[in-house]
Amino acid sequence: MGPLYPDIINPELNLLIGFLIGIGFGFILEASGFTNTRKLAGIFYGYDATVIKVFFTAALTAMIGLYTLHYLGWIDITKTMPTTFWIPTLIGGVVMGLGFVIGGFCPGTSLSAAATGKVDAMAFIVGVMIGIFGFILTFGSIWEGLRKSGNLGKVDITEWIGIKEGLFIFLFTLIAVITFVIFQKWQDHWKKKLSQDDINDLGL
Amino acid sequence: MNTNKYINPYVGGILLGLFIIAAYYFSGEGLGSSGGFRDVAVTAIDAVSPEYAQSNAYTTNRVAEGVNPIHTWLVYELLGVILGAIISAAIFGRLKFNIGKAPHITSKKRLYLAVIGGILWGIGTQLGRGCTSGLVLSGMAVNSLSGYIGLATIFGSGFIFAFIFKKLWIKSKNN
Repeated sequence: MGPLYPDIINPELNLLIGFLIGIGFGFILEASGFTNTRKLAGIFYGYDATVIKVFFTAALTAMIGLYTLHYLGWIDITKTMPTTFWIPTLIGGVVMGLGFVIGGFCPGTSLSAAATGKVDAMAFIVGVMIGIFGFILTFGSIWEGLRKSGNLGKVDITEWIGIKEGLFIFLFTLIAVITFVIFQKWQDHWKKKLSQDDINDLGL
Repeated sequence: MNTNKYINPYVGGILLGLFIIAAYYFSGEGLGSSGGFRDVAVTAIDAVSPEYAQSNAYTTNRVAEGVNPIHTWLVYELLGVILGAIISAAIFGRLKFNIGKAPHITSKKRLYLAVIGGILWGIGTQLGRGCTSGLVLSGMAVNSLSGYIGLATIFGSGFIFAFIFKKLWIKSKNN
């Protein structure tokens, strides 16, 4: 029964699996256009619907797949549920939202982009490392209490709302489809106003 | 300019979802990014001053006896991300040095802003316990409330900040 690590596979094989899954992750990010900072920023202005489509489709696929495996008894999904610290995640999320618009990447997309020669992504990564070093060096004096605050434990959103998992996944699917339609219309609307160079760059 | 060719976003999404399932099934890990960056930072601090790494409350558990901060699942996964991205870019003919930006923004300005945006992510991920992949996408995959808080705050605030900083991405005549 999954997760297979640590009971069935050893630490070395586990790292190799991480490496192989990473290859797939990096390939999909690049092939989908996530190394193109304008495509990423496009989600916020509506001229490019790619990011939201990939993102919600991935979440849905993983959600449905993992819960199917869970019900079949192939994986114990409760083992992998992260703990929710709502206060630091809320504040950190807003800081990341600002960083997304200013910097035009998130960490995973910046690494893929830097690997393929995007100099702006290399600059972004320099910033990420400065931020992390700064956070660590000031952890005790600024962040320690805040980061541990708002601990709700391992919270399953379906229990938190009080609905069945199947219904939740159905509702999320519905929301995703509506979102795809809206963002597609938004992109179509923009496409009429974009220059041919923009359309070529975005691969629309 | 040649047209950039990208794969169908729904196909990309399904494949990405399958990799998330594989990560949980084999390793009990979500697909993450910022955690790997942190592991590299912790390793660097430990190399410069092991005493400091032992005494800092944020790094002490990651440099404990018998724990090697660089041999983590996330670091190996990120090495894979680098290789996977290079393979894709090579196949699609995008493997070249350039600066991604809106055409009306100067390269110098773009690079400054990228560093500032990166710094915000560096702080935000460590405070918020993950980024778009590990916190949000992988969290949503297992129905964790934390993933949805991340989704709502990163993208919710992103739309507000995007409105404020519209000039960074949209040329004013296109409004």
